[in-house]
Amino acid sequence: MEFKFTGKAKTLSYVLMAVGLVSIILGFITDQSEHHQHWWANFLVNGFFFFSIGLGALFFYALQYAAEVGWSAQLKRIYEAMFKFLPIGSVLIGIVIVGGLLHQHHLYHWMDHTLYHEYMIEGADGEVSYTDTMEAGAVLNPSYDKIIANKEAFLNPSFWTIRSIVYIATFLIFAALFRKWSLKEDEVGGVELHKKQYKRSALFLVFFAVFSSTLTWDWVMSIDTHWFSTLFGWYVFSGMWVSAMIFALILVLWLKKKGHFTTVNDSHIHDMSKWMFAISMLWSYLWFSQFLLIWYSDIPEEVTYYTQRIFSDKYSTPFFLTFAINFAVPFYMLMARDAKRNLGFIVPVAFLIFIGHFVDTYLLVIPGTMHDHVSFGIFDLGMFLGFFGLFLYSTLNALSKAPLMPKNHPYLEESKELHH
Amino acid sequence: MQKEAAIREPLILGDKSYKDITDDVVGPIEGKAPKAWKLMITITSIIAFYGVGCITYLIATGIGVWGLNKTVGWAWDITNFVWWVGIGHAGTLISAVLLLFRQKWRMAINRSAEAMTIFAVIMAAVFPGIHMGRLWVSYWVLPLPNQFGSLWVNFNSPLLWDVFAISTYFSVSLVFWYIGLIPDFATIRDRMVKPLPKKIYAFLSFGWSGRAKNWTRFEEVSLVLAGIATPLVFSVHSIVSMDFATSVIPGWHTTIFPPYFVSGAVFSGFAMVLTLLLIMRKTMNLENYIHVRHVEYMNIVIIVTGSIVGVAYLTELFISWYSGVEYKSYAFINRFSGPYSWAYWIMMTCNVITPQLFWFRKIRRNLLATFVLSIIVNIGMWFERYVIIVTSIHRDYDPSSWGEFHATFIDIGIFIGTIGIFGTLFLLFARFFPVLALNELKSILKSSGENYKKLHHKDH
Repeated sequence: MEFKFTGKAKTLSYVLMAVGLVSIILGFITDQSEHHQHWWANFLVNGFFFFSIGLGALFFYALQYAAEVGWSAQLKRIYEAMFKFLPIGSVLIGIVIVGGLLHQHHLYHWMDHTLYHEYMIEGADGEVSYTDTMEAGAVLNPSYDKIIANKEAFLNPSFWTIRSIVYIATFLIFAALFRKWSLKEDEVGGVELHKKQYKRSALFLVFFAVFSSTLTWDWVMSIDTHWFSTLFGWYVFSGMWVSAMIFALILVLWLKKKGHFTTVNDSHIHDMSKWMFAISMLWSYLWFSQFLLIWYSDIPEEVTYYTQRIFSDKYSTPFFLTFAINFAVPFYMLMARDAKRNLGFIVPVAFLIFIGHFVDTYLLVIPGTMHDHVSFGIFDLGMFLGFFGLFLYSTLNALSKAPLMPKNHPYLEESKELHH
Repeated sequence: MQKEAAIREPLILGDKSYKDITDDVVGPIEGKAPKAWKLMITITSIIAFYGVGCITYLIATGIGVWGLNKTVGWAWDITNFVWWVGIGHAGTLISAVLLLFRQKWRMAINRSAEAMTIFAVIMAAVFPGIHMGRLWVSYWVLPLPNQFGSLWVNFNSPLLWDVFAISTYFSVSLVFWYIGLIPDFATIRDRMVKPLPKKIYAFLSFGWSGRAKNWTRFEEVSLVLAGIATPLVFSVHSIVSMDFATSVIPGWHTTIFPPYFVSGAVFSGFAMVLTLLLIMRKTMNLENYIHVRHVEYMNIVIIVTGSIVGVAYLTELFISWYSGVEYKSYAFINRFSGPYSWAYWIMMTCNVITPQLFWFRKIRRNLLATFVLSIIVNIGMWFERYVIIVTSIHRDYDPSSWGEFHATFIDIGIFIGTIGIFGTLFLLFARFFPVLALNELKSILKSSGENYKKLHHKDH
C-alpha cells in the first residue's frame, strides 16, 4: 500500500503553515527590537533547528549504509523523506545569511565592520574611515575589539559565505544522489547500487565529520563572538541527531497506525526507541562535559557564556530545565526494555524531549543575540508551528512520491525478519 | 534463528561443526605447552622481572629517581597510566557496545579483548599507585572512616573521581569477563580427564549445568552488564581526561577532551587487540575464526576513531588561534614547533596520517600491513599522551621556571616492565583459558558459518 498525502495530515500541515505565515508577518511588524533583531533571531532558531533535523536524517541514513545495517533497511524511505527538506532548509538558512550580509540584522556581532581597526579618521564630510596605524588626524576607535579583530581571517563575510555555500552544496548533492540511487535500486536491483551507496556514504561521513562542527561554529557559535568551546560542534550535532531520531520514530508510529509498514514490528520500534534513548544520553554527556569543564575552571574568557545564561531571570530556569528534561526523562522512562516497545512511554517522552531540544536550540541563539530583552511570545510559538508545518509538509509530500517499502535492498529480508 | 543476507561474508570459515569449535578452542589447553609459548613467556617474564626490579628500587628510594622536576611534575608515569587505561577500552567496547549493536563478529574477539582490558587496567593502576610514593598507605585514596583526624579525600578532585571510575570499570569488566567464561569453563571441565585440572575447572565453572534456565539467566545477566558497562566505556576516559581538562593549563583545559579521549582510547585499544590477535590466531591456529573480515571490521573502527581523534586535534589547534588567548595559542605553537615538536609530529603521523591507509580495501584486508599499522597506532597514542602532558607543562605561565623533562632509566624500565607483565599475563590467559567465547560462537555457526551459508543460499 502506497502512502497518499491527503486528508487530515495535509490539512494540518496547511493550517500550521498558515499560522506560521501569519506569525512571520505579524511578528515582523510588531517586533519592537532594533533591526527586528528578535524576529531574525527566531528565524535562525527555527531555520537551524529544522535544517538540522533534515541533516540529522541524512547523517543517520548514510550511517546505515556505511555500517551495513540490516534492521533499518525497510525504513530508509523515512529518512529520505526527511532529508528531502534540506533544499527548503537551505533556503531558510540562506535568508539569514543574506539578511546578515545586507545588514538587515545584527545576529552576528562580528559583521560590524567598525570593530576591526584600532584607529579611525573622521573626514571633513563626516565620513569615517578606519586604519590600523596612528596616522595624522587619527583617533582611537572606541568600537575597536581586539579579540574579534584577531578572528578576522576566519570570521569575515566573504569567507563565511563561501563556507556556508560549500556546506549546503555538499549536503544537497549527497542528498540528491542518495535519493536517486535508492529509487533506481527499486527498479534495477542487484548489489552494484548498494555498494555504490556504501562507498558514497562513507565519503559523505568524512565531509560531515568536519562540516558538522564547522557549520555550528559559523552559524551559531560565532553569535557569541568572543566565546569559544572546542566541544561545541559535537554537542550541537548530538542535539540535531536526537531530534531527527525522534521525528522519524513518531512518523513510523503514525504510519503504522494508518495501516502502513505491516512488516515493521515491535523489534523495530524497540530499536528506534533505543536510538532515541542512546542519543539522548550522548547529548546529555556532551552538554554536561562542556558545562562541567567550563564551570570548574571558571576562566573568564569561557565562563561568560554560562554566566549569561545562569545568572539571568530569563534563561536560568529554561537552561537547567532543558537539561533535566532531555536527560532525566528518557533516562528514567526509557531505560526498561518493555518501555521502549510501549507507545504509552515512547510517545509522551518523544514529544517532551523534541520540545526540549527546540528549547536547547533557542538557548544557543537567543541569549547571545537578544541578551535579557526578550520573552517568548505568541508569534515565536507561531513561527515554530509554521516551520514545523513546513517540515511536515515537505516530509509527507516526499514520502508520497515513492513507494514506502523499498525493493531489492540486499538487507530487506533481514529487516523484515527482525525479532529480538 | 535470524536470517542473514547473502551479501554478508561468513564469520566462521571452513566446514565446522559444533564439536570442531570445541576441539579448536579447548584443544590447546589440553595439550602440552608449545615451544613458542615457552619461549615467549620466558622473554616477557624476564622483562617483567626487570620492571618489578625498577619498581622496587623506586619504592625503596622515592620518586626522585624518575626524571620529574619542579616544572614537569607529571611525565611518563601519567602518560603510561593513560596509555594503559586507553588500551583497556577496546575490551569493554567490544563486549558491551557491540553486544548492544548485535555485532556477531565480536564473538571471535571479545574474550581475548576483555582479558586484555583487565590486564591493561591492572598495568594502568600501577602508575598512580607507585606515584603516591608510599604505596602502603594507598588505601587513603578511599573515603574510609578513619582515625587520622582531618584526613579525608577531596571530592572536588578529578583524581578522586578517577579512583572511583577506574575501580568501578575494573570490577564490572572483571565480572563481565568472568560471567562469559563460566559456560566455557564448564565445557572444559566436561572434557578434562586429569583429575586435578578437572577439579580446578569444575570450581571455576560454578556448577554450570547447561540447562535452559542457566542459559536464560546467562543472557539476562549479559545484557544487564552490557547496559552497565556501556556508560563505563564513556565515563572512564572522560574522567581521565578531566584530570587535565578541569585545570587552567593551556593545552589541558579544553572542552572537547572527554569525547576525544574516549575516541582515542577505543582507537588505541583496537590497535592493541589487533597486535595481540594477529599473533594469536596464527600461533593457535584460529585462522578460521578470526579471519580477514574480522580484521577489516577492526580496521574500520580504527579509521573511524582515528579520524575523530584527527578532527579533535585540528579543532583544538584551530580554536587555540580562534580564541585569541595568548597562552592558548602559544601552547599549541610550542607543541608543533618547540623543543618537543618531534613528539607532536610522531603523534600526528602515527594517529592521523598513517591510519588513513585503511581507506584502501587491499590494505585493511592485508594482515601484515594491519600488524605494522597497529603497532604504529600504539606508538602514536603513547606519544599523544606524552605531548599533552609534557609539552603543556614544560613551559608554563612563568618563563623563568620553564624546563625540560628527560626520562631516566627507571622511567623507561618501569614502562617496559609493565609491557612485560602485561605480556606474561596475556600468555598465561592464552594457555589456560578458552581464548574464544566458544559457546557464543556456536550460536552463530548456523547463521554465519561458511558451510551453512552455502547450504542455505543453495536452497533458494
